[in-house]
Amino acid sequence: MNKLSLRNNYVATLLFAAVVLSAPIWLAPLGANYPDLLQKFAIFGIFALGYNLLFGATGYLSFGHAAFLGIGSYTAVWCFKLFTMNILPAVIMSTLVSGMFALLIGYICLRRSGIYFSILTLAFAQMAYSLAYSVLTPITNGETGLQLTQQDPRYIDAIAGVVVQDGLPSTNLFGLSVNGYSGFYICAVVLILAFFVSLKIFRSPYGLKLAAIKSNQMRMQYTGFNTKPYLLSVFVISGMFAGLAGGLLAAIDPLAGAERMQWTASGEIVLMTILGGAGTLIGPLLGVVVIKYFENIFSAINESVLHGIFSFLPDTLENIVVSVTGLFVGEGWHLSLGLVFMLVVVFLPGGIMQALSAINQRIKQYKSGDSTPTESDTDSKGEQQ
Amino acid sequence: MDDILIQILNGLDKGGAYALIALGLTLTFGTLGVVNFAHGALFMLGAFCAVTTNKILTISVKVRDESITFFEAYKEQPYLEIWWGDTGAAIIDYSVPISILVTIPIMLAIGVAMERGLIQRFYKREHSDQILVTFGLAIVIQELIKAYFGANPIPTGAPDVVSGSAAIGAFFGLSENLVYPWWRLIYLAFAAVIIGAVFAFLRLTTYGMVVRAGMADRDTVGLLGINIGRRFTTVFGLAAVVTGLAGAMYVPILPPDYHMGMDFLVLSFVVVVVGGMGSLEGAVAAGFLLGLLQSFASMNEVKAILPGIDQIIIYLVAVVILLVRPRGLMGREGVMDD
Repeated sequence: MNKLSLRNNYVATLLFAAVVLSAPIWLAPLGANYPDLLQKFAIFGIFALGYNLLFGATGYLSFGHAAFLGIGSYTAVWCFKLFTMNILPAVIMSTLVSGMFALLIGYICLRRSGIYFSILTLAFAQMAYSLAYSVLTPITNGETGLQLTQQDPRYIDAIAGVVVQDGLPSTNLFGLSVNGYSGFYICAVVLILAFFVSLKIFRSPYGLKLAAIKSNQMRMQYTGFNTKPYLLSVFVISGMFAGLAGGLLAAIDPLAGAERMQWTASGEIVLMTILGGAGTLIGPLLGVVVIKYFENIFSAINESVLHGIFSFLPDTLENIVVSVTGLFVGEGWHLSLGLVFMLVVVFLPGGIMQALSAINQRIKQYKSGDSTPTESDTDSKGEQQ
Repeated sequence: MDDILIQILNGLDKGGAYALIALGLTLTFGTLGVVNFAHGALFMLGAFCAVTTNKILTISVKVRDESITFFEAYKEQPYLEIWWGDTGAAIIDYSVPISILVTIPIMLAIGVAMERGLIQRFYKREHSDQILVTFGLAIVIQELIKAYFGANPIPTGAPDVVSGSAAIGAFFGLSENLVYPWWRLIYLAFAAVIIGAVFAFLRLTTYGMVVRAGMADRDTVGLLGINIGRRFTTVFGLAAVVTGLAGAMYVPILPPDYHMGMDFLVLSFVVVVVGGMGSLEGAVAAGFLLGLLQSFASMNEVKAILPGIDQIIIYLVAVVILLVRPRGLMGREGVMDD
């Protein structure tokens, strides 16, 4: 194998890093190069990478992953309150705590498979959500959400002698601001690390075993192979990714609310992963970018903008067109999302990645003029499994 | 004692709603083998059928308010009142029960359309695909409702006669303090009637017998020359009607809003799982059981010992059942276990 091909993990990661770090430049023509949105891309990218490790690799459809995101956020905010405003310990803690919860929940949920697994994760997510709203209010601050206050002890900061002027202290990474472009680069570095880890997992014997579990778990078991430890470990890793994403979310905006844990929030990450292409390496990331980007664009369009767009039409027609399209943008952007998602599941189960590879194949066929798949075609196919 | 009786009533009442929704869900599970995440949306659509009926009946016109003589005042008066006077007013008052007549055909149409248009493409695909596409459909339905009815709950009252509370304590010679809202009692009776009707349809008619045979072994029934696909479409429609009626009658108890479907969805799956996938009796029994458990868990005495138990009891029971007795209370072994 060529040392410099994409098959080499380091080359792939370097290329990925180059793409991610230059995102502010190449996203500029799309108007998506402001740090807030870029940070969202990166953070949900991490979440999706983690989710893809579970669903994409093993086919276990979890509807409760947002619970880990929420747990991560709560942990991070508590770290800010109790210890220090530096985000490093907070993010590490949120990853670990989510991992512990994932171990517990995964141990129970993974005793069943298929639809039962989905329902078990749903039940746990709903439990976490209801508890966060009701009894756990001392920890989660209920409906208001967990926030920083001026009276927070922040023991480590106090020992280090960090003086807070009036107003709330802001989160930082050793003095580096987590907002603006420095914040994006912090998230981007974490995303690249997460990508490297998920690449390693997918291309390792471990990843192959996960793929084998996905294609036929029964056969794996008949050959005397214990699938449980593999499933549990990948569940925990994926929960830790979610916790990491939750920690970062809290780091850029130190506020954690229970609605982050609702099962529909888990549904959103499922949407992103499927839309991009579950089981592929970058598919989920594409899904995140597409959904978050269009969410941003579509929600900003309101009726007056639409009237501007369709002003070339006669008045009555314009009003009709505006009222129809108005359903799909602005507040109703989820409607378009749901429709697109349904279409994807019906016609394009492999998501964007399937579409891309189909196009790629066509081009190759067109160029070579014959229909026999070339070696690189089978290569790219193998990678998507 | 009164507290306990009230909680039993509460539980039966909640259980009635759970049982109806779960009955609809398990019908589609058992017949078509499709995991329908848009089931909650059907419940919500039923509720909005009632809301729409009420809206249509109360289409109003501005008329001069004769009772105010100092200045020109206007009030909204429904056409029905103008045309038919007191009869019209009574019709408006009874809009929720009347909406049953509207809900049945609408939900039947929606159910059949859903099965023919979308679900039937997914019989052969994986359960996760079925979950995903119906989840997408649920989002679409929810957003459409939100676009037309707004995001706020829409209160629609029960008829005046039954909007108060029934003094059932006095009626049975128990304590005077034992009162219970009329409408909730009616809902309980309604749920019992519908459940009875569905069971009668499946148990006593030839049509139902064929459907049950199809649930047990689809291929064999097909080989006997029966178009089982068409019957299953009808059953899907029936399930939609049952769920929709549960929603329509629930309107006076809980003002519907666009995300009530998602709220009830998880619950209905939990009930079905506890009852046993594909078991109709199980779904009904589990519905009432979970309803009762939930109302007992929300008693202050219980909450004092186990805080927060009322919020999670249903899910806890589901988790325990799935781990200890995976086929549920009355389910067959190995259903949907891939």
